[in-house]
Parts: sequence; structure tokens; C-alpha cells
Amino acid sequence: MNTNGIKVRMNNSTLVQEPNKEVKISVRDLDLFYGEKQALYSISLDIHENEVTALIGPSGCGKSTFLRTLNRMNDLIDGVKITGNIMIDQEDIYKSTDVINLRTKVGMVFQKANLFPMSIYDNVAYGPRMQGIKNKQELNEIVESSLRGAAIWDEVKDRLKHSALGLSGGQQQRICIARAIAMKPDIILMDEPTSALDPISTLKVEELIEKMKKDYTIVIVTHNMQQAARVSDKTAFFLSGEVVEYDVTGKIFSMPSDQRTEDYITGRFG
Amino acid sequence: MPRQTVEIKKSNKRKYMLEKLSSRLFQFCALLSVISLLLIVGFVFYKGSLPFLVDGYSFFDFLFGVDWVPSEEKFGILPMIVASIYATIGALVIGVPIGLFTAIFLAEIAPKRAAKLISPAVQLLAGIPSVLYGVFGLALIVPFLQNQLNLVKGQSLIAVILVLAIMMLPTIVTVAETAIRAVPKTYREGSLALGASEIETIFKVVVPSAKSGIMAAIVLGLGRAIGETMAVILVAGNSLILPTSLTDSVRPLTTNIALEMGYAFGTHQEMLFATGIVLFSFILILNFVLAKISAKGGK
Repeated sequence: MNTNGIKVRMNNSTLVQEPNKEVKISVRDLDLFYGEKQALYSISLDIHENEVTALIGPSGCGKSTFLRTLNRMNDLIDGVKITGNIMIDQEDIYKSTDVINLRTKVGMVFQKANLFPMSIYDNVAYGPRMQGIKNKQELNEIVESSLRGAAIWDEVKDRLKHSALGLSGGQQQRICIARAIAMKPDIILMDEPTSALDPISTLKVEELIEKMKKDYTIVIVTHNMQQAARVSDKTAFFLSGEVVEYDVTGKIFSMPSDQRTEDYITGRFG
Repeated sequence: MPRQTVEIKKSNKRKYMLEKLSSRLFQFCALLSVISLLLIVGFVFYKGSLPFLVDGYSFFDFLFGVDWVPSEEKFGILPMIVASIYATIGALVIGVPIGLFTAIFLAEIAPKRAAKLISPAVQLLAGIPSVLYGVFGLALIVPFLQNQLNLVKGQSLIAVILVLAIMMLPTIVTVAETAIRAVPKTYREGSLALGASEIETIFKVVVPSAKSGIMAAIVLGLGRAIGETMAVILVAGNSLILPTSLTDSVRPLTTNIALEMGYAFGTHQEMLFATGIVLFSFILILNFVLAKISAKGGK
């Protein structure tokens, strides 16, 4: 198998045809460089609306880097160069200069809960306030509905004014999800959202993801293969900066078409 | 089996001796600073309390008297206390925003190259001997004020404030910059990912998170300003009046001690020590506040 052959095959197999589903994010020939070093190699895939798409692969394979191209968080790193296209709702996000607007549309939940040292309420209201919403009534409604949306309202409704940092790790992560929801985004990116959580908290977050997909398009990076199998509709397997295989999750985990995918999910490496 | 005492090998004996000796030496060195502190404080307090405890001067008159005429046994230091407080507050009003913005610029905004140029410059500013600040103030700031504001004498409260503001910059910048850099990167990412701009992120998340460190920076700068003597002597004018305007010639607590200690004796000298007590109390209060802030930040 020559390298050229891989690329052609890959580009074909990573475009899952589903005519009855809306394509939300469309990535074509995405290359990413950190200075001289190339981290992503001609990624092309379509992410469908109201689905959970999981990105799996060994550490350093580029899945988090790819996730961060979708809301341009890589812009923060010096010396990052990107070629190719990422279209969200038919708009090239790297052509537009309005990063702030992009980030209100594409929310993000990080690996470690990164709540600000302020109250629960202020954390959730942070995004809406940044968008200029000052009306107290309106903010109250957004905070409540976001916390309900993240299934944590009942746990924190009596201590909204308390510091968010006093909550448990699992609760903090769900507040982070609420904070992302408060922006009323279309897409939510999750970068290993449960890797720092205990099994029970993980289960709660997974249930939440399941519930959320009717309202949002979710892209989740995970190290946990069972998690990908449990929560996602589609799975993309990344290896050394390339997408080796992208398909319906059931198919990836039962009959992968690439030997390397099979090796990875059966635990032979990674 | 009976216990046997094993002879320590001869070559090891010396090692054990040295071990003991060096630990004693370190201990002594460590104690030295504590001893110095106790001696200085004890001496100043002893000398400074004599006129009130032995000679029957009123401490109230000392603190709130407006006349300082040693030859007439009048020892009121209110003008100096007021001058010290005004000068320090004035320096804070100018120095804190500039220092804070510099720290934010260095930690958050400046390209690496610019930061590499400015950071050492700021640190070098801290190393300049204070008398040179005074000379600089005397040569540039004082004449400038004299001309611009049409003063009889450019040495004034405002000149002191300007010099002190510059002098406190390095302290504020360095400590605040460290505090800002210590804010986890994830806070910034979180804020930006929520659609905040860089400036919003800095003022809504980063600076509030570094609050205790920034407060510490301000208090340290304050300590530097209130204790400064040499630079202040040269630009203050040193008049014994209760300052009522920025252009008044003033004499803060520190310069009073430095100016008169050389020739003072008897009660006059003891009153200068008492002035030292007041100054020391200010510093103590500041340190107490600082400790409170650090303790709060540590939580």
C-alpha cells in the first residue's frame, strides 16, 4: 500500500453519505501546521446535525487539535497555520473574521472543568452577559433553563450565589455544559469531558449528552472507547493526524473496514 | 546477645563533628535576622517611648500637634503624618493604574519580543539607587513643575507623588505580572470559548482571578512609597506646614528623621525615634494587611 493510495481511499471513506441528514459541519482537505510540524493531514469529513460525533484515537493523534479548529481555539497558539475549508452552515469559518460570533455559535466544554472563581450564577450568565444581555429577568431565565438543560438545576438551585468552585468535579463539569448551553449555540464541542470524572459522574454526563443531541450537534473527543460506543452516532478514528476511518459508530465497533481501526478498538495499541 | 557498642570509625568522627557544627552555624545565621529585627524594634520603641513614659509629654499632642519646633519643646508631627499619607495615596493613584496596565500588557498582550525588552527594563528600574530617583526628580520634575505651574519653589507634594509613583512601578509591575501569569490558561480558554473578546477576558476573568496577587502588589508598592526617604528629601521641600494643596512644600515622616537625626540630642532625638515608631506602625499595619490578603488568596 503506498501512501498516496491511503490518502485517496481515506478521502473517499471519510465522507459518509446520508442524504436524509443535514450536514452541519463540512471539512475539506484540512491541513494544520504547528510551525514547521504538520499535525493534521488533509482531513475531510461531514458532521451531521443533531448527532453525536465521537473522535477517537491514541494520544497525540490530532483529535483535540481537530476539535479546536472547529471554534478556532487554535488561533490562540502562535505559529499555527491552517489550509483547507471548514464550513459551518455553508459558511467558511476561516474566511470570516468574526471569531466571537463563531464561538457563540460553537460552544466548548473542556477536559478539566474550568469554571471561573465566581458564583454558579455568574459563571452561567457569563456568556450571555458578554453578548450584551443585561436584563435581570432575561438572565435569570437563561441561567435556569441552561442549568435545567444540563440536568443540574435541582442540585444547585438553592446555592446559585455560592462559589462554583465549591462543587464536586462532576457537578462542575455539568455547570460547564450549562455555561456552554447558555450561549444558545448550535454546536457543542467536548474535549474529553469525562476524563477527570468518577464513573457515576461520567454516567450522568453521558446521559446528558444523549438528551442534548436533539437540540445540538455534538462533537466529542474521548479516550474511552466504551464511551464513544455508548454515546455517539458516528465515530472518526484518528491516527497520526489523519482520519483513518469515519463511519456509523455501530459499524466502526463491529466491523471496521481498516485493519488499524480494528487494532485500536480491540486494544492492540494506543 | 549482649548489645555491643560499636566504636565510631576515626575517619567518620570528623564528619559527625562537622555535621553538628554546620547545622549550628546555619541556625545562628537564621536567628541573626530575627535578632536584628528585635534589636531595631526594641531600640526604636525604647528610645521613642522615653519622652512619653519618663518626661511626661503627651502622646496625643505628639500625634495631633501641628507645630514642630524642637527649640521650643514643641513636637507635633501631624503635618508629617498627613504629608506621608497624602504622598503615598497620591503615588498610588498614579502608580497603581500604570503599574497594573503594564503588568497586564506584559503578561497578556505584548508579543514575546516586546515583553523581553520591557520586563528587564522594569526590573532594572527597581535596582536604581533611590538617591538617583531624587536627583532625577530634582533635575527634571521640580523645574518642570516650577515652570508649568508658576511656583515659587518646585519642591512640593506633587513632585514627591510623581517620584514615588515611578519608584513603586517595578514592585507593582513585577508582583502583579507574576500573579496574572499564574492564572490558569484554562480560564482564558473558557472565557474566549464563551465568545468573550481578549480585553473582556482580561478584565472579567483574568484580573479578578489574580485579585489577591494584585492587591499584594499594591500593598508592597505602598510600603515602598511610605518608607522612601532619600528620593523624597530632595524633592519634598521639607517645610513644616500642614499640606493643603498639591503644590505645598511638605515634610513626610521619613525625611523628618533623616534631616534632624544628625544634630538632635536629648528629647529632640527621642522624639525622632518616636516618629520612627509611627512610621514603623504604618509598615506593620501594611504587613498585616498583606498577610491577610495572602492568606485569603491561598484558600
